[in-house]
Amino acid sequence: MAVRHSDTLPLGQRPPLLRLSHVDKVFSGDVVALKDMNLTVNQGDFISLLGPSGCGKSTALRIISDLMHPTRGKVEWEGDHGRGDLGVVFQEPTLMPWATVAQNVWLPFRLAGKSYAEVKDDVLEVLRLVGLEKFLNSYPRELSGGMKMRVSIARAIVTNPRLILMDEPFAALDEITRHKLNNDLLELKAKIGCTVIFVTHSVFESVFLSDRIVVMAARPGRVMAELKVDTPYPRGEDFRTSPEYAAHAREASAALKEAMGEPA
Amino acid sequence: MSLAENSPARATATPETVDADEARRQRAARIERIAKWTLPVIIMALSIFGWGWVVTANEIPHYILPGPDRVWASLTGDWGMLIEAAYLTGWITLLALILAVIGGAGLAILFNQSKMLELSFYPYAVILQVTPVVSIAPLIFIYVDSKVAGMLLCAWIVAFFPVLSSTTLGLNSVDHNLRDLFRIYGATRWQKLRYLQLPSALPYFLGGLKIAGGLSLIGAVVAELVAGTGGIGSGLAFRIQEAGYRLNIARMFAALAMVAAMGVFIFAALSILSHLLLRKWHESALTREH
Repeated sequence: MAVRHSDTLPLGQRPPLLRLSHVDKVFSGDVVALKDMNLTVNQGDFISLLGPSGCGKSTALRIISDLMHPTRGKVEWEGDHGRGDLGVVFQEPTLMPWATVAQNVWLPFRLAGKSYAEVKDDVLEVLRLVGLEKFLNSYPRELSGGMKMRVSIARAIVTNPRLILMDEPFAALDEITRHKLNNDLLELKAKIGCTVIFVTHSVFESVFLSDRIVVMAARPGRVMAELKVDTPYPRGEDFRTSPEYAAHAREASAALKEAMGEPA
Repeated sequence: MSLAENSPARATATPETVDADEARRQRAARIERIAKWTLPVIIMALSIFGWGWVVTANEIPHYILPGPDRVWASLTGDWGMLIEAAYLTGWITLLALILAVIGGAGLAILFNQSKMLELSFYPYAVILQVTPVVSIAPLIFIYVDSKVAGMLLCAWIVAFFPVLSSTTLGLNSVDHNLRDLFRIYGATRWQKLRYLQLPSALPYFLGGLKIAGGLSLIGAVVAELVAGTGGIGSGLAFRIQEAGYRLNIARMFAALAMVAAMGVFIFAALSILSHLLLRKWHESALTREH
């Protein structure tokens, strides 16, 4: 099997993967996008960054993906970190419209100088994982919004990245598709055991998906609280209706309200 | 993971599902499809008929305004000479268009790769474009000995700019997230150009090409009028001028019709090319059902 599977250890026993220490980002001299962010990402974590717009969630992702350098502070990876160790899913599917589904998923390998024949099995396997193996030769415009997002996820996991960054990936989708993709994302996580940082402004999404919720506040963007959702994976439909889920959602809502400066 | 629930639905219309609204819509679409071709043809037939009628009814002499019959006679009678002229003009136009594509797209890529080059030379590209070619052409023929080279240069000056400006726009219109993705995966400058910028720029480039096609014909015609084509045979513009001196107005019209036909042909050919290149993925080539 080309796609690596790693088991996820329980919270508290996971080896560290990435450490952000005292990270500040200041734009044009006076706009503080991120203030003193400290975060340790462990192998197998599913972390949600939850917060209102302007809280620096996307800035944090851009710093982690090295698209932007912190004004102060450090980003340290455990061990070697190179190309293909990071998978990214944006809010838009961000597919190349002129390329087929298979060619889009091939992209990370293609940029690393690998021919399609060399990595064909990996491409087919991730497309099977997201349920799109029949759409190999389709062009993005022939797919629905949810299917495009699946291609985008397939592309992000095809290189076996150490960390997957997802920047509000389902925010633009309708509720039904979003619901389904949330379920499928957890199923995928159970299958390959990936580490994910997931940016969202939905309390429910963050509780359902993640085992760590980092609540952030805006102006300046900063971390306010971290909550743990210790319900073990796999989490299915019954989790959504459980009292546990409701309790976590209440807790996260309260933390978010506080972060936004409203009385809890 | 099953996909049935979120694959795009494609409704198939069966006779039972066609209600009054739908029937009306289909009828309107059918009428429009037919009218699209028949109306212009009818308008043309009517104007030719009207033109002929005006000429006969007012007994206008043919050296002022020939009737359609005389233009037709000139078109068929002088066909050999006209087609030879069209061949020359067409050849200059085609070469100029090819040079415009190479020059325009090449400059766009250079400018895109080097901001300094762009800052240095883009203003001059604009100046070259906004100065009417008619006023530059006489100068060109003073310094350029070869008639063909001079004509090509004239036609190129008018035609390259739309290719340059639209390709530049296209190369810069890359999706921001895709650009980030390429950076994250450590793409080289060449990979970014080859796999991201050039495909993104293709629809823009083809838009510029359609304009450049028409302009290179204009450039070729202007160059001929300024230079005369003595020595290398005579193009259509030269034939128009010459026929004018001889008061052979019918031949002027015949040659003009051929220039127009050539312009239409170039536009149609480039539109087909554009459609073929974009039909698989670009929104502009998408046929909507409603």
